[in-house]
Amino acid sequence: MSSLVPLRRALPGGGVDGGPHLRIDQPWPPAGLPADPSAALLSARGLRKSYRKGNVVIPVLRGVDFHTAAGEFTAVVGQSGSGKSTLLHLLGTLDAPDTGEIHFQQRRIDNLPAAARDQLRSRQLGMIFQFYHLLPELSTLENVLAPVMISHGVWRYWRTRSHHRRRAVELLEMVGLGHRLRHKPRELSGGEMQRAAIARALVCRPRLLLADEPTGNLDRASGQEILHLLRSLNERENLTIVMVTHDEGIARQAHRVVRLVEGRVEET
Amino acid sequence: MYKLLLCGRYLRTRYIALASIVSVTLGVATMIVVNSVMGGFRAEMHRRLHDILSDIVVESHSLEGIEDPEFVQAEVRRIVGADLAGMTSSVHIPAMLSFQVQQQWVTRQVNLIGVDEETYARVSDFGKYLLHPENRGQLNFLLREGGYDARLQEAGWTHRRRRVAYQRAYRQQQEQARQSFEAAQTSFGEEPARPAPPGPGPPAEMTPPPAVRPASPAAEPTRFQPARDPFAAATGGAEPVFDEMTQQHTGIILGIAIASVRQHTADGGVADFFLCRPGDDVKATFPTAGTPPQAVSDAFTVVDLYESKMSEYDSSFAFVPLRKLQQLRGMIDPRTGMASVTAIQIKLRDGANLDAVRDRLRERFPPYEYRYRIETWRELQGPLLAAVQMETTILNILLFLIIAVAGFGILATFFMIVVEKTRDIGILKSLGAPSGGILSIFLGYGLSLGAVGSGVGLILGLLFVTHINQIADLLELVTGQEVFDPTIYYFSEIPTVIHLPTLGWIVGGALLIAVLASVLPALRAARLHPVEALRYE
Repeated sequence: MSSLVPLRRALPGGGVDGGPHLRIDQPWPPAGLPADPSAALLSARGLRKSYRKGNVVIPVLRGVDFHTAAGEFTAVVGQSGSGKSTLLHLLGTLDAPDTGEIHFQQRRIDNLPAAARDQLRSRQLGMIFQFYHLLPELSTLENVLAPVMISHGVWRYWRTRSHHRRRAVELLEMVGLGHRLRHKPRELSGGEMQRAAIARALVCRPRLLLADEPTGNLDRASGQEILHLLRSLNERENLTIVMVTHDEGIARQAHRVVRLVEGRVEET
Repeated sequence: MYKLLLCGRYLRTRYIALASIVSVTLGVATMIVVNSVMGGFRAEMHRRLHDILSDIVVESHSLEGIEDPEFVQAEVRRIVGADLAGMTSSVHIPAMLSFQVQQQWVTRQVNLIGVDEETYARVSDFGKYLLHPENRGQLNFLLREGGYDARLQEAGWTHRRRRVAYQRAYRQQQEQARQSFEAAQTSFGEEPARPAPPGPGPPAEMTPPPAVRPASPAAEPTRFQPARDPFAAATGGAEPVFDEMTQQHTGIILGIAIASVRQHTADGGVADFFLCRPGDDVKATFPTAGTPPQAVSDAFTVVDLYESKMSEYDSSFAFVPLRKLQQLRGMIDPRTGMASVTAIQIKLRDGANLDAVRDRLRERFPPYEYRYRIETWRELQGPLLAAVQMETTILNILLFLIIAVAGFGILATFFMIVVEKTRDIGILKSLGAPSGGILSIFLGYGLSLGAVGSGVGLILGLLFVTHINQIADLLELVTGQEVFDPTIYYFSEIPTVIHLPTLGWIVGGALLIAVLASVLPALRAARLHPVEALRYE
């Protein structure tokens, strides 16, 4: 908990001790958010996705409609196998739907060429995963800088390295890892690794953060810390977050909960 | 930037990959050592071959030679022009060389070369391989008083006088022994005859043979008969007033392997045991220039020895004055006084194009019109040089296969690393890394491994080459087996040449193999689906 002090200090009136800054019982849409789905930051329509195993076709998404507005914190919940991670991968352009469309900032992204999708992921989207997915060979600081290195060429990165490094250190200090810059992922706890992954996801100032079971591999206290961090980011930075989780309690802390049942949306 | 960073990290942390490049290191080091040693031998051989053969040789097909060498030389001067550095005529013929060792005649087959003392040194570095230091400066067929190579111990006039004195004393002793034996036999033959039996004496045809054996040694030689010169009849024996003590025959320079035997000594070293040395006389028998050729013999005095350290040359070359050989072979036209030669050797200035000059000469003297051929020194030694070149090529191919095998090691290791790094590849893709970036990481990793492997191999190889003689000594000490036998190679040390372009293609080839070996695993990594990669366990 102590590692979150800088963030708590940065958020007026926020913090675990002072209660959540956003009330979970706030009515949808919250004030200031667009009620019109066409004004959504991210929207998906009629998404279908199946996987083929030998001759057997396993449908995972069976026509999902989804949207999230800028600054919204959306939770996608569902049981295992309901297709929530697949939906997140499609929204994050890691995979392509069989049918349907995905729009990000009014621009269709599901049919973009590979290079454009790579660029989108590295510059506009941030992603965090259940198993943190830090690169084990790199230090915490290098892991946070990795998206910048990917999105910048060698010379461009070299010219602006001090600026990026400063931002990465600031982010790591914000998530309470200012003292762990040189540590390798294997030297960090699960909570610390997830916080490092969040810092990495934020380093390129994304418009949208996609979180796949960010607390799924953590104990309750660490999970709460991460959740608090995400909510604070949403509130302070107006960061749009789509979080996949199977925990109803965690999902309830989002502005909006989208329930997936057998590949279909049951919005609540 | 992330590609460089990850390449560096993988290089530092994946020790199994480093193990896979040990074979690249060994292959590169072995290739460098083998090429340096082969190159050293080849360079040494080229230098010595070139030193002897000059640049271009006009060689007669027959032993009768080129009848008008002055005309040919004038044409060569005109055609070659400013590129000409020197020219000489010579006579090359097969010959039998005989000399006495321990009162026995030893005969060797040699290549007898008549050389012009004045001009031969201008086209060939033959002089620098002579054992007498003064002969190295100016070729001379006169026997020197002394001052020969220390290995010869005693040579020159000193040796000749001592030998002649010894031989004379020996012959005198033999003569005395023969006379005493004959005197004894005579007195035995003259002892009183036994009384004749009664009756008439035996018929004349039944008279017993005289007790004294025929004095003529030709009829029945005795064991005390002094050694005769079997060449006396061949040469006509027309040198009645020749005093060996103060006079020499025509000088001859022998290849050191004709005149000596190289053997290991008890202390493990190598020593030359000389069968004949400067100051000794030899007989040469060779064909005359006529048709059919007749054998002609003459006596020569060894005035120096020749050591090029090319066993082929040292065991077959004998040099005599050109004019004398032409006289003995009947190569001088009595009417015109023009002497024919069997070869004209041409030396070009440095940097001249040998092949171009040869072609111009061939154009002037086409083979279907003239009875001689025009060849560069490389063509003359073509089979030998081609054999060495082929040997080097085959060795290089075989050794390169070692690196190719190492390439398969890298391939297998890389596939393993790609499998191990599947999730990392998924992470990188989720962060927006393009497939080309992933491909670059693994190709760069292969290149880095190749660079490390070949770099270490390069250093090891160069260290080995620069200390090869000490390593050979050490190996001999450890194994008890001789690694480099100086009695075979005539070199005291293993010759090596470090050829930078060769180093370049060895290292470049190793790098290429390492990169090629990483292409397939890198492609596999680049094609991984990000979601499948992230889910990989």
